[in-house]
Amino acid sequence: MGTQAAQKSERYFVPQPSAWPFVLTASLIALLGGVSAYLEEDHIGPIPIYAGLAVAIYIIFRWFRGVALESEGGMYSAQVGRTYRWGMSWFIFSEVMFFGAFFGALFYARELSLPWLGGEGSKIATNLTLWPGFEAHWPSNGPAQLGGAFKTIPAFSVPAINTAILLTSGVTITMAHHALKASKRGACILWMWATVALGCAFLYLQAHEYIEAYTELNLTLRSGIYGSTFFMLTGFHGMHVTLGTIMLISITLRLMSGHFKPDSHFGFEGVAWYWHFVDVVWLGLFVVVYWL
Amino acid sequence: MAHAHDDHAHGGHGHDDHAHGPDKGIMRWIKTTNHKDLGTLYLFFAFIMFFIGGLMSLVIRAELFHPGLQFVDPEFFNQMTTLHALVMIFGGLMPAFTGLANWMVPMMIGCSDLALPRVNNWGFWLLPFAFTMLLSTMFMPGGGPAGGWTLYPPLSLQTANAFPFLIFSIHLMGISSITGAINVVVTILNMRTPGMTLLKMPLFAWTWLITGYLLIAVMPVLAGAVTMLLTDKYFGTSFFSAAGGGDPVLFQHVFWFFGHPEVYILILPAFGIVSTIIPTFARKQLFGYDSMVYATAGIAFLSFIVWAHHMFTVGMPLAGELFFMFATMLIAVPTGVKVFNWVATMWRGSMTFETPMLFAVGFVFLFTIGGFSGVMLAMTPVDFQYHDTYFVVAHFHYVLVPGAVFSVIAAIYYWIPKWTGRMYNEFWGKTHFWLSTIFINLTFFPQHFAGLAGMQRRVPDYALQFTDFNVISSIGAFGFFVSQFIFIFNVLASCYGWFGRQRNAPDRVWEGARGLEWTVPSPAPYHTFEDPPELPAHEVTGVHDH
Repeated sequence: MGTQAAQKSERYFVPQPSAWPFVLTASLIALLGGVSAYLEEDHIGPIPIYAGLAVAIYIIFRWFRGVALESEGGMYSAQVGRTYRWGMSWFIFSEVMFFGAFFGALFYARELSLPWLGGEGSKIATNLTLWPGFEAHWPSNGPAQLGGAFKTIPAFSVPAINTAILLTSGVTITMAHHALKASKRGACILWMWATVALGCAFLYLQAHEYIEAYTELNLTLRSGIYGSTFFMLTGFHGMHVTLGTIMLISITLRLMSGHFKPDSHFGFEGVAWYWHFVDVVWLGLFVVVYWL
Repeated sequence: MAHAHDDHAHGGHGHDDHAHGPDKGIMRWIKTTNHKDLGTLYLFFAFIMFFIGGLMSLVIRAELFHPGLQFVDPEFFNQMTTLHALVMIFGGLMPAFTGLANWMVPMMIGCSDLALPRVNNWGFWLLPFAFTMLLSTMFMPGGGPAGGWTLYPPLSLQTANAFPFLIFSIHLMGISSITGAINVVVTILNMRTPGMTLLKMPLFAWTWLITGYLLIAVMPVLAGAVTMLLTDKYFGTSFFSAAGGGDPVLFQHVFWFFGHPEVYILILPAFGIVSTIIPTFARKQLFGYDSMVYATAGIAFLSFIVWAHHMFTVGMPLAGELFFMFATMLIAVPTGVKVFNWVATMWRGSMTFETPMLFAVGFVFLFTIGGFSGVMLAMTPVDFQYHDTYFVVAHFHYVLVPGAVFSVIAAIYYWIPKWTGRMYNEFWGKTHFWLSTIFINLTFFPQHFAGLAGMQRRVPDYALQFTDFNVISSIGAFGFFVSQFIFIFNVLASCYGWFGRQRNAPDRVWEGARGLEWTVPSPAPYHTFEDPPELPAHEVTGVHDH
């Protein structure tokens, strides 16, 4: 280790061979194979799912912990830092494209498929022969009214509050970043816990909204194309907020145990970027899913 | 490839900081974070997948040797066409190109390894698991997926027990591609040796940079599309159900938004390889380096706005048909720039025709045939006749087999002396080229005629008048498959030193070759450039001849 420390920051850090990725893959296969069998009712039981999930979480924890310790051990040069920055940027770009597929589906349903089913333009024959009497409207659960009549969640109720919460959390994490850069670790940790609290508040309200949708509004995943796009978009976003909150908690705990320096804290920045990404996706959701 | 570089693990550098030698036995390959080891794993994996996918194509060609049904039932035939495509695209070509990027990009741009070596290991090991999962579906109740690799609903939703395994295996392949692509892109952007500006990079690095960008952009879209299939089948969503206000055509749009850039993902690295090999054996600089870069970027841009040309007959509005027709035809312009530049590079060069050059020149001719039939298919009214016929099959196999696959073969012949230190056998290499070229044309050229005359793809039977074309095509397919054993033996002999092959390849294996990879010993040391190397002016392949 002595020689490593002596030559840090000169050479690009190339890690030792590692079994983490292989074990992670094996656990993912157990997890996904178990879920597949469950979906097809093959009755192989829940053990592969739970075991796969547990091992995957353990490996992910070990892996990130290892990276954090390597970083704190001074093994990363500035060039490694740039690698992580580029890597995180491209990863977030890929996430944007993933959400793009679902936003695209929403756009297509509202602007094309529903009007066509309603007989717009040259599609009059579709309407007359297949779905006579159907008029395009939004929100819609389609000409067969799948899932039955439903109500939607007004944009300027809980979703507006959630928008305010996420925007505020973007401010608090920025305050934490400034505090970290000014070497005010105590303030930074407080701002981080504030951010975590806001993330949890968002998730609580989102869960509340889902329960209300299912129990009182009859708005479910089965409510035609509206229910499909609503729950898939907000659901995937909620999963990302959950992941982001876990990331926030883990870097806050790292801050409390003395990690990160005012001039070197990529882990912090990566999480902050991710949090802002989640924030921006929510703004898109608020406008096109809840409001318009 | 396999053990070639073991004993050079410590050669040349004299640093023994953390233990650099790889682990022994199987654990070396499971735990490795070395770009050369992983490149080797990728290439061997691709080999195996090409073999499995090739066997599937032989089932198809055997069944189509005669009209009528003889060997397999139609359901199994449909599984073969579906899995052949998935295996060849996601298991063969993409890992082969990633393996070449693993091996060559760090050596070309002068860095120690890929930027994220552990992620690199993960990206590789996802693949054998994902394909075990995918191929296991053939043995499940109801058989494997049989709705075509494009997975169009509602047909694909009728897949039996195999369905979730299919979807999740595609998710895993997608994660593999995205991690691999992020790795290559970050390596190229961040780890070039001082002095290697972007416009001095070897073209293979350039084409992989743009390929990586495409992969990061579109693999998540595929993940989204197949996720919607999954929830439509099991969780009651209505994305692709008109009854709920969705549309099966929506799937086609989302799928081809992935699928068309995917086509360029499969060919841009091939362009990079050919642009590397032709200047070497023409002993001239690449003609129009800058225009090659801009043409690659132009193709990548256009690839995002042409997807619906796969869907001309689906009933799109006229404005859509026209837009996608013209946008598609535009692609012929940057592609034409490339073909012109390759020909101009050869023009008045001191040409020799070693095996890599033969495959590269074969690529230029035969890929261009596929390009021309692509322009024909781009014309909307004409496509109404061609759609889903063997003309389409002939078109995309011309760009993928004597196109992309030939480039992979050329790359392996070109660089294997650098990887192993042992030359391949030139006579058998040339024999391999000529047999491959003859048989691949026998296989796919007649399919143009069968398709123009109306023979449908993905059907195990056909009308009598197509018999002659299909007999020729099947003979060609079997001949091509058998010819590849020459390649396998030639490559393995270089890897393992069979037939008395000596490890005597010089550093600069081809005297016309330039680039940093030719400044290091053959085989290249296990860790090649731990310190960024000097970039001598005469090794710069990105030359601007003003």
